[in-house]
Amino acid sequence: MEGAELAGKILSTWLTLVLGFILLPSVFGVSLGISEIYMKILVKTLEWATIRIEKGTPKESILKNSASVGIIQRDESPMEKGLSGLRGRDFELSDVFYFSKKGLEAIVEDEVTQRFSSEELVSWNLLTRTNVNFQYISLRLTMVWVLGVIVRYCVLLPLRVTLAFIGISLLVIGTTLVGQLPDSRQYRPQKGGICVANHTSPIDVLILTTDGCYAMVGQVHGGLMGIIQRAMVKACPHVWFERSEMKDRHLVTKRLKEHIADKKKLPILIFPEGTCINNTSVMMFKKGSFEIGGTIHPVAIKYNPQFGDAFWNSSKYNMVSYLLRMMTSWAIVCDVWYMPPMTREEGEDAVQFANRVKSAIAIQGGLTELPWDGGLKRAKVKDIFKEEQQKNYSKMIVGNGSLS
Amino acid sequence: MGSRSSHAAVIPDGDSIRRETGFSQASLLRLHHRFRALDRNKKGYLSRMDLQQIGALAVNPLGDRIIESFFPDGQRVDFPGFVRVLAHFRPVEDEDTETQDPKKPEPLNSRRNKLHYAFQLYDLDRDGKISRHEMLQVLRLMVGVQVTEEQLENIADRTVQEADEDGDGAVSFVEFTKSLEKMDVEQKMSIRILK
Repeated sequence: MEGAELAGKILSTWLTLVLGFILLPSVFGVSLGISEIYMKILVKTLEWATIRIEKGTPKESILKNSASVGIIQRDESPMEKGLSGLRGRDFELSDVFYFSKKGLEAIVEDEVTQRFSSEELVSWNLLTRTNVNFQYISLRLTMVWVLGVIVRYCVLLPLRVTLAFIGISLLVIGTTLVGQLPDSRQYRPQKGGICVANHTSPIDVLILTTDGCYAMVGQVHGGLMGIIQRAMVKACPHVWFERSEMKDRHLVTKRLKEHIADKKKLPILIFPEGTCINNTSVMMFKKGSFEIGGTIHPVAIKYNPQFGDAFWNSSKYNMVSYLLRMMTSWAIVCDVWYMPPMTREEGEDAVQFANRVKSAIAIQGGLTELPWDGGLKRAKVKDIFKEEQQKNYSKMIVGNGSLS
Repeated sequence: MGSRSSHAAVIPDGDSIRRETGFSQASLLRLHHRFRALDRNKKGYLSRMDLQQIGALAVNPLGDRIIESFFPDGQRVDFPGFVRVLAHFRPVEDEDTETQDPKKPEPLNSRRNKLHYAFQLYDLDRDGKISRHEMLQVLRLMVGVQVTEEQLENIADRTVQEADEDGDGAVSFVEFTKSLEKMDVEQKMSIRILK
């Protein structure tokens, strides 16, 4: 009896605390400043940890920021310059050097494959999952790490799980959300518009919906994600597709056109990349969403990787293990920029329009812009790109009078 | 770029690979990381399809020949085989030329071996000679459908004639080397891995 009473007391105290400090203030829109204090402590701790690590390791083995530098020294000269051999631009036996070097460079490191795994951090943030190269430094650091584990698993995790259960809205995942820029709120998407954003994880949806309601478009999933999707449809109309059905672009376009024509329906939220990217770059925007017409409201979302990696690698983790990782991170911190609406200009086709919007989002979010298709995660590159390269090369060796 | 760290102990035969290829420990770790990233199904080896998934390689005109060079015998390439090919592109350091032990085999990134790698991209049947027919086929790979058969034959003929010294209608490795003697092979076929 004693044990049960004690457990009961602990549970009720816990629930009261949660209700009092988190739920009620958020319902009334009042901030108690707990998040801010937590973040300050976290940042100080991580700074201390970074200094300890840098003191501890010898100079040569400090991990460089591989996202910008890359692991090989690149010579980005265009095909013409790289191919100049002994005799100008006719075909040469030595042309093979340029192409084989480019090919091997791609094998060692390419722009695309690295976007589908989590970003490497410059300095460790005390989570085992981001530990790539860091060895044992000092006892104190290890102690802090142990403390971190205890805090994350025994305090933050139960807290977030409790919130998750309590939350009536099916999309409450329960991590700390900080840092929405308020001044660009004037550009929030209106009814009848289409909102496009870069895609990193399902949390993008959560973040955008805390600030407005949207109708979603996306791939039908199974499991927990599927349950959430089906439940959402009961509340307001969304458009869920099978990826194989997506190939029938007219069907998609038709349903979307019908949706925005109805002014009563919520603005549509689309992620034109078509898949999750690791938030260091923006990949090709599929033109489908840009063919519908209507006003496009671009939104740029950038996560701060220092506090927790939000990228969902769906081939590596299923939804539940992804949620677990989210709940045991320090926090999810992101910046959201609402940008002025854009419409398709005269004489601009859907692809050009898509690229224009993509550039705008990449610049605003400070992300690299890549022309590659996010679908490369699952499929091979289309032949049309290879034909382009072949065309360039042919022009060089034939178009320069090498026949004589 | 995953959540596990790469330790030297994880690479099987790490020491012998290092001696054979001349890569530093750090470079080898990076390459092992990359090997595992490319090996999507965690098979422990790479297949042609794994390499074909690389976008920048798939659009390379010589992409297929380069991929083929990783599979000298069979359908799989393990990590030592992977690194062996990449070793050809290791930049030539001063230490390589200084400590030339006549009893040891030539380093994989010597000028001769770099040229040999380029040679076998052309030599489809690996008989040690680039015939006019092979030259035509490789050229066709590189230009796709953009060039007519006649134009291509002209280019192939000219190229073989210029390099062919003993008049047998094919380019042997020695002739290949001779025709490229003025070329800065070491610089053009080197990829420097940053630490």
